[in-house]
Amino acid sequence: MSFELDVTLKLGDRTICTCFETGVGITALFGPSGAGKTSVLNMVTGLLRPDRGKIVIDGTTLFDSAQQINIVPELRRCGYVFQDRRLFPHLSVRANLTYGTKNVTPAHNILSLDETIALLGIGHLLDRRPRTLSGGEAQRVAIGRALLSGPRFLAMDEPLAALDAPRRAEIIRLIEHIRDQLALPILYVSHDRAEVERLAEHIVELA
Amino acid sequence: MLSGEEWAIVVLSLQVSGVAMMFTLPIAFALAWVLARGHFPGKIVLDAVVHLPLVLPPVVTGWLLLLTFGNVSPIGAALQHTFGFTFMFRWTGAALAAAIMALPLMVRAIRLSIEAVDRRYEAAARSLGASSWRAFLTITLPLCTPGILAAMTLGFARSLGEFGATITFVSNIPGETRTLPLAIYAALQVPGGDAMVARLAFIAIALSLVALIVSETLARRSLGSRPHHVV
Repeated sequence: MSFELDVTLKLGDRTICTCFETGVGITALFGPSGAGKTSVLNMVTGLLRPDRGKIVIDGTTLFDSAQQINIVPELRRCGYVFQDRRLFPHLSVRANLTYGTKNVTPAHNILSLDETIALLGIGHLLDRRPRTLSGGEAQRVAIGRALLSGPRFLAMDEPLAALDAPRRAEIIRLIEHIRDQLALPILYVSHDRAEVERLAEHIVELA
Repeated sequence: MLSGEEWAIVVLSLQVSGVAMMFTLPIAFALAWVLARGHFPGKIVLDAVVHLPLVLPPVVTGWLLLLTFGNVSPIGAALQHTFGFTFMFRWTGAALAAAIMALPLMVRAIRLSIEAVDRRYEAAARSLGASSWRAFLTITLPLCTPGILAAMTLGFARSLGEFGATITFVSNIPGETRTLPLAIYAALQVPGGDAMVARLAFIAIALSLVALIVSETLARRSLGSRPHHVV
């Protein structure tokens, strides 16, 4: 199983509760905005602590309230592609890409910097600052940065939002390449049914 | 141009303010961090105490410093006894007074810059394998550096202008505690001191203007560093 989740979290007056086990490929978390999709991603990546439950990815337990296991975010090896990109504004594109490479052991290395740059077609952007990038460029850099951090899986939050149609097609091809060629499990958040049905092997609906 | 005595006054002022900055900066940063990020009971009291020198009559701050570090006080006596060190009537006392008076301004400026740092960047750094310490050093600190530099310039300028607490705490001793404002005050008491007052005042105005412009420029750059593509 790629993803085994059973988590409960009370946020304000809302309770987010989800339980699923899915295999290889893309697992989509699908639901209307406000359903807690991003909160689930934050729990999986360790940025938010569930009240109780269990998170196992590729056989590694990242969180288990019963056994008091809670791996810190920096050791979870999650390639988190945030909806708002979060490229570091004071660093060049190159420094953003290599930010996560410092702690990667060779065994966890998926792509070299050169391979990533070639795959994403961002060679001409390396010396630019994130603020000067277009939406599609920033998204490719964000995906590259996540890939270079030696992740065991990718967590992608609405990666196609705020992109025009040609950029969307480009990013979809990229995601399919990551799924098929790099064989990385992907936890994919979207509110768009058509997008989810095209891309995902498993669909988890959050109400 | 300036006489040798006047140059010595300017140099002493810069020395007092420089040393004051060096020692205040880490303390101001720690206080700003705690006030910006901390949640603890009594935070509002700490906030008020830090700001006290900003609103107290400086002469009261000077008197409190006398009470705390004077040679008859326990702390002053202990410093004198164990290290043979005293703030009394020394330039180090002028630096201490300047530091205390500059502290609230610096804490305010640094706190604003820490609060302006988008914490989502720190979360992103953690997700990329950075420890919280590395995230602090490589993300948070660089993002609030313009604010810290602005705070230093502002604090430096405030230290250069410090008068009331200094004259109360360490008196007005030529060559030791007579900084720019104290020298201007002393020259005003002397018949025919007008020319010296004008020269020293001109220097004070020039230094303060430069400091304000630098600090304002840095603060603007700090705002400009906020990302535009973050929704």
